[in-house]
Formats: sequence, structure tokens, C-alpha cells
Amino acid sequence: MSEVLVVVDHVDGAIRKPTFELLTLARRLGEASAVFFGSSDKGAEAATKLGQLGAEKVYVVDDTEIKGYLVAPKAEALAQLVEKTSPAAVLFVSGYEGKEVAARLAIKTGSGIITDAVDVEEGGVVTQAAFAGNYTVKGKVTKGVPLITVKPNSAPVEEVGAAGTVEEFAATISDSAKKAQIVAQQPRKASGRPELTEAAIVVSGGRGTGGNFEPVEGLADALGAAVGASRAAVDSGWMPHTFQVGQTGKVVSPQLYVANGISGAIQHRAGMQTSKTIVAVNKDEEAPIFELVDFGVVGDLHTVLPAATEEINKRKG
Amino acid sequence: MNIVVCVKYVPDSTADRQFESDNTVDRVGVDGLLSELDEYAVEQALQLKEKNEGTTVTALCVGPEKAVDAVRKALQMGADQGILVTDEAIAGSDYVATSLVLAKAIEKAGAENKVDLVMCGMASTDASGSVVPAMLAERLDLPQVTFASVVETQGDQVRIKRDSDTATEVIGATMPLVMSVTDQTGEARYPSFKGIMAAKKKPLETWSLSDIGVDAGEVGLSVAWTEVTETTARPPRTAGEIVKDEDGSGATALTEFLVSKKFI
Repeated sequence: MSEVLVVVDHVDGAIRKPTFELLTLARRLGEASAVFFGSSDKGAEAATKLGQLGAEKVYVVDDTEIKGYLVAPKAEALAQLVEKTSPAAVLFVSGYEGKEVAARLAIKTGSGIITDAVDVEEGGVVTQAAFAGNYTVKGKVTKGVPLITVKPNSAPVEEVGAAGTVEEFAATISDSAKKAQIVAQQPRKASGRPELTEAAIVVSGGRGTGGNFEPVEGLADALGAAVGASRAAVDSGWMPHTFQVGQTGKVVSPQLYVANGISGAIQHRAGMQTSKTIVAVNKDEEAPIFELVDFGVVGDLHTVLPAATEEINKRKG
Repeated sequence: MNIVVCVKYVPDSTADRQFESDNTVDRVGVDGLLSELDEYAVEQALQLKEKNEGTTVTALCVGPEKAVDAVRKALQMGADQGILVTDEAIAGSDYVATSLVLAKAIEKAGAENKVDLVMCGMASTDASGSVVPAMLAERLDLPQVTFASVVETQGDQVRIKRDSDTATEVIGATMPLVMSVTDQTGEARYPSFKGIMAAKKKPLETWSLSDIGVDAGEVGLSVAWTEVTETTARPPRTAGEIVKDEDGSGATALTEFLVSKKFI
């Protein structure tokens, strides 16, 4: 069975959940091999977890020479690994970096690329959501090694207990790949809440919050959810851009999305329409968001959310 | 400074967008316009022009004949000249082929006066793949500084801020390079009346594939490296239950719903 490479998304060794989802998808196409960019210590540590969740092999690529530069060196290293392993596919997490590494790898290896997959089936059929989720598109890569970037929350994480055998891979990085330098890097402060793109539940606020996000945050914490914001709330300076859900912010696909005081413009829909269950609270019963919901409350979020939060906390005991 | 801004002609995202019977995006039956996210790239290019005397901004578009509208909009905003690469053979091209056409056109545009900066939006509003800027960097062997939320330049030195999922980074590189910008870089200007009038006299060239030295057999739907096998309109979400909040009934109903779906 051919290998399927999964590029590990991690912060200083801490693997982010979407990587584990990729392992599940990879096993549908062949034998999952993870590719870890980092030190051999961190790689060995990561391999245990990656093996548990489906990786037979873990290629550890020392990143000393790579980590100071944007995207290009990783694509170069992966091109060499693709050459060596002739994988059935390479899977990436659909984020800035995953997409751009895949893009460069496509040109280097003469391979087709599909972005923002929400499902990958046996045989390599890939499902995407198009036009703000109004269409479902199925397709395949027909040339080279299929390069597929997958959105978070597209597959379950499965405990399988694979070997997770570490194999060091030495890549040669050219000077031309080292032209865009990472001059400074500031890790995002941990909020204590789940990360927006990987959260199972997202509670968002928009213009209707009037800048007071307390009710939104309260409900989010009662549900163990991530907090999101509409573009209107971000443009008003109420929340940082990193919280924005929508076309130019994060695209989320959680089990439950609760939109509060958000009208539901197309830009916002593009970021949340593939959520499994959608709930909205809005004063305006004509708000287009109500066309999408499984359940909606026409009311003031400033009274509905705190009351609901209290009731939820009570029920949780 | 010689800047080329890549602009895409896309179906209006507020219109009823659809696919053709061959599963390509309907770019003719639906009203089209300059992709909103590319307006930010045009804006940043114009701001650089204002700061650097002698700068030329060229708007470059690949698309059907109607796509000239996207180039015109960029000219109205203030770009100096426009290029539309149009050829029947291009229809249905995937990212890989599109980036080839753009790269060859950029090379031709810079034949006499080398291009210092290729600017792009962070994504198109139709395919939203965000991969073409990185592909251009790869093809042109240039550094990429992409997804910029803040752009700073000093001479040929460029610094951008990039907000990734897990960190905020500052990326530095030296021109020539490929840059993509997000909507966080700041509002794009509206064309003024004067700008609209002036645009009519600005040079606008139309190039075919043979003009840029690309073989028709390298592009288009039939040779795409990816194949779309099926496009299905998502069934409209079945109308959900909507309740009116009266004396706190909304909170209880909301909680009941969440319990029934096992979220609590």
C-alpha cells in the first residue's frame, strides 16, 4: 500500500488537532506517514502521539535551517521527500501556511492541488464547499501527486495504535528558498478557550453586541466554545481580527455555531455556512441569518444570552 | 518602482452564483466585477506609488473578454495602465495553469523595465484558494511576503505583518518579490469622477496566449491537473424553528434546543 504524507501542524511540538483528522483521512487512501518539521527530540515525542492516531511512519525533518524563513524551504524539503517516497497523496491543514506550501509543491512536482477540502474519500475523491457553502463540489487531482489541503473538523480523530516509527529525513535547502525571512514572531496568547478553527462549538457576536462581548463570552464558556466575531464587530474595533469569522477571517465548520447579533451577510456566511447546527439570536426577525438556522431566537442578545448561560450552568450542575 | 497588480474578474458574490454544465464557474451569465479582495491590493499599490515617485502601477487580469471591467475598475482607482490576457483556450484553467499565464504575462510586462513588485489580493472571492500568489513566487523564483495585514517599505526593503492561526509574524524581504495583502491593510478607495474620466485615456492592452509565449495546449479545462466531477447546489437548509423571546422564554427555549441536540 502506498504512503500518504500528512504534514504536521504544530507549535513548538504541540500538535494541533486538525493534523490528527488528516491521519484519519490519509488512512482511507493508503498508509499514513506524518512529516514533522522540528528538532529530533520534539519529533520523537510527537511520533508517539502521531502513531497512536494512525501514523505508521513519522519523518522528522530538522528545521534548524528552515524555521527562519517563510514557506519556501518547507516546500523544497517536501519535494525531496515526495521524490523519495512517491506518495499516493500529500495532505495539509488548510491554513495560510498549509495552502502556500502546497501551492509551491504543486509547481515543483507538477502536481494538481485542491484546497479547502471538507472530505476525502477512498480513491481520492475530494469534497469542497463552494460559493459560501451554497454548492458542494466533488473533484479529483488528475496529474502528479494529489496535494490536498483540508479544513479543520472534516474528519473524526481515531485511536488506531499504529507504529509511529521515526525516520530522520535530511533535506537540502537552496539559498533561493531563503529569501523571505521571518524577522519576528509573537505566538498568540492562549485565551483558555478552544482555538477558533478547531473548536467543536463557536459562539460569535456581531454589530448587535454594541461592543459588549460579555454575554457572548459567557455563553461560550458555559458551552466550552470558542469566541468568534463578525467583520462588523472587528471593523468597529471591538474584537481583534484573529477572531473574525468569514471570507477574510477564519472559515469554521463546527458542530454548533451560535450567531448573536449577526445579520448574516454573504461574507460572514462564507465563513460558517458548513457548520453542522446553526443557531442565531437577533433582534431583527428579518435578518438573513434566520434563513440558515436550525433554531433561532428573535430577541435581545443582552437579555437572552445571560439568561441562557445561567440556565445552562444550572443544568450542568 | 514598477508594480504589477493581479486583479481577478469574479461573479458578484451577492448575485446567484452558479456552475456551467461542464462544472466550470459561470463567468458570463452572472454579473461580474473586480474581486473585492483584489481592491485592497490595488489600494496598497497606489499608496506605494504615492510614496515613491516614478512608480508605474499596471493592472493585470486573466479572463474572458468581459473581464476587462476588472482592469477598468483598477484604472479608475488610479492604476496607470492595464493588461488583459484573454484567449478562448484559457477557459476552465485551474490554479496551476492560471499561475503560468500570469507568470508569463508578468515576465513580458517586465521585459523592458523589470517588475519590482507583484501584488495580489489574499484570495479571490469565487474560488478562494489563496494559492496563486505562492505559485507566482515559485514560478518567478521570487520571495513571497503574503497575507500582509500591514505593509511597510523603505527603498527596496519590504516588511509585512502576517497574522497566522497561531502567531503574528513580521516577514522581511528585498524586492523584487510577490506580495499578497488582506483586507486588514485598509479600506480601498472608490474611483473619483476624475479617475473615471481619466481611466478612459489610459493604455489598456489585450494579449493572447501567443503574445506571452504560452502554448494553448498547456492551459484550459482539458489539461487541468484537477478535475471537478460534480457540482451540486446545496439543498436549502430546512426552515428551522424560530421563537420570539417573551419574558425570558427565549433563553429557556434556546437551552432546551441545545439539550435536545446533546450540546449540554
